[in-house]
Amino acid sequence: MKTYTNTGNKDTRSGFGAGLTELGKTNENVVALCADLIGSLKMDDFKKNHPERFFQVGIAEANMIGMAAGMTIGGKIPFTGTFANFSTGRVYDQIRQSVAYSDKNVKICASHAGLTLGEDGATHQILEDIGLMKMLPGMTVINTCDYNQTKAATIAIAEHHGPVYLRFGRPKVANFTPEDQTFKIGKAIQLTEGSDVTIVATGHLVWEALEAAKTLNEKGISAEVINIHTIKPLDDQAIIDSVSKTGCVVTAEEHNILGGLGESVARVLALHKPTPQEFVATQDTFGESGTPEQLMEKYGLNANAIINASEKVIKRK
Amino acid sequence: MLKIFTHIYMPNTQQLQDLTTQVRRDILRMVHKVNSGHPGGSLGCADFFVALYQDIMDRKDTFNMDGKDEDLFFLSNGHISPVFYSVLARSGYFPVEELNTFRLINSRLQGHPTTHEGLPGVRVASGSLGQGFSVALGAAQTKKLNGDKHLVYSLHGDGELQEGQNWEGIMYAAGNNVDNIISTIDLNGQQIDGATDVVLPMGSLRAKFEAFGWTVVDIEQGNDIDAVLEGMAKAKSLTGQGKPVCVLLQTIMGNGVDFMMHTHAWHGKAPNDEQLAEGLSQNAETLGDY
Repeated sequence: MKTYTNTGNKDTRSGFGAGLTELGKTNENVVALCADLIGSLKMDDFKKNHPERFFQVGIAEANMIGMAAGMTIGGKIPFTGTFANFSTGRVYDQIRQSVAYSDKNVKICASHAGLTLGEDGATHQILEDIGLMKMLPGMTVINTCDYNQTKAATIAIAEHHGPVYLRFGRPKVANFTPEDQTFKIGKAIQLTEGSDVTIVATGHLVWEALEAAKTLNEKGISAEVINIHTIKPLDDQAIIDSVSKTGCVVTAEEHNILGGLGESVARVLALHKPTPQEFVATQDTFGESGTPEQLMEKYGLNANAIINASEKVIKRK
Repeated sequence: MLKIFTHIYMPNTQQLQDLTTQVRRDILRMVHKVNSGHPGGSLGCADFFVALYQDIMDRKDTFNMDGKDEDLFFLSNGHISPVFYSVLARSGYFPVEELNTFRLINSRLQGHPTTHEGLPGVRVASGSLGQGFSVALGAAQTKKLNGDKHLVYSLHGDGELQEGQNWEGIMYAAGNNVDNIISTIDLNGQQIDGATDVVLPMGSLRAKFEAFGWTVVDIEQGNDIDAVLEGMAKAKSLTGQGKPVCVLLQTIMGNGVDFMMHTHAWHGKAPNDEQLAEGLSQNAETLGDY
């Protein structure tokens, strides 16, 4: 089984910051807006290097999204930065009308997604954002898994015309994808080849899926791990091809079971290849305070949960 | 005939008044045909739109979404789409005959303006209220980044200012010296459920805008084309001085059709056959119906 090396834990939000810094140098049309969270979003470098292209809007997310939409008129490529909760739920109507329906080239970049924000608790954790964003016609939805991939995705979305929701997080997690990767929107990445079960994971759960695959391998179960960084448009074919071999699938995400990656995968399979599926996701609940590890354990979002789901789904074949 | 108005060079008052009267006919006929739409606010803003598109704005002959090196306009209170569509058509953005398709299926003239169907002249969707300020501000910032000296104009309903997002944008604009924007408030004192002073009193908008750091210009006769031209010219002269400019445009909802005036009753109601005939009789066909 192919294995991956963690080159050192890093936060995905810093990957975003590094990508933005790079874009500052290479694409003069890129502008950045932030709603009083420059440090949290790692936008300091961009602000320092390009003060004329950086817009501090204050604690006013609705205005930030609207301004970003307006800034596209005249050729700018705005990247907005705030927490995932304030990037989506708080400004849903602004995104819907001024960005998505108006087909504006705005990149909504959202940190602190999911439970792993930790101690701040449920007001600041959001487990509904993938659903909210993927329902918007024309919106691309990306949830990256590590520092390197987040950096690559940040750079890639500047070249894509149209609204994008880029979701990443706060905790330092394993950094294992190639430093020099080219990010292809909508193209799934097969991380391991397997024959017994397909594990389709996104975001922080991708590394957990690899850890699960190792343990499953020791138990004699061959798992095919697919990194679905793009939830919309979904790489339908990659999923169909994999379950055609394995005959069952586990989806894993740091998101509510309702409206997340799992449901998108279920839709594809229901249409093209009905397949037993288990969902590693939160069960229609809010989060709470705690360390990221405690929360992922309590809400069943780690390698152990993926192992259990895999063993269960294999029995349903 | 119509093309004259596409590119009037320094139009005189009579020409502008004729166009305004024709726009009022267009509004009535559009909403009557589909028995839906918003005639009240549209009629009240006819003079403003004609002044803006025929005199005030420096705009290009062809529509380009990026709008570089020309003035831009954003309609925030999108429900007054009839007046917007009529003036856009009669200013050459799309065929006047297309007004026939207002609110019909497969039309580019959606109930509320949108870029989605590719209608020339529209740069953002509006309808859900309170979002236009922010969009106009963003466009104004991009003009500055591009070294483009042209201005950004926007229009907002007075009731619309009850939406909180406006005040985020109003605060931002003054705090960041966005002085290439002229935001006009249609001060007709009415909203769907009644007078704004009854539904949710907003106090003095002049005092509010000034407290937020804006320069405020009053146009007390918003349905007098000369007064509108004069006020907007004054507003223009106040741009580029470090402060955003707000125009408080006092209009009469339903202006030009006596039984629709001074009431919110015609906010979102179409006239029947008899009412249409009566309304048209008060607005002579000056330039030819579509």
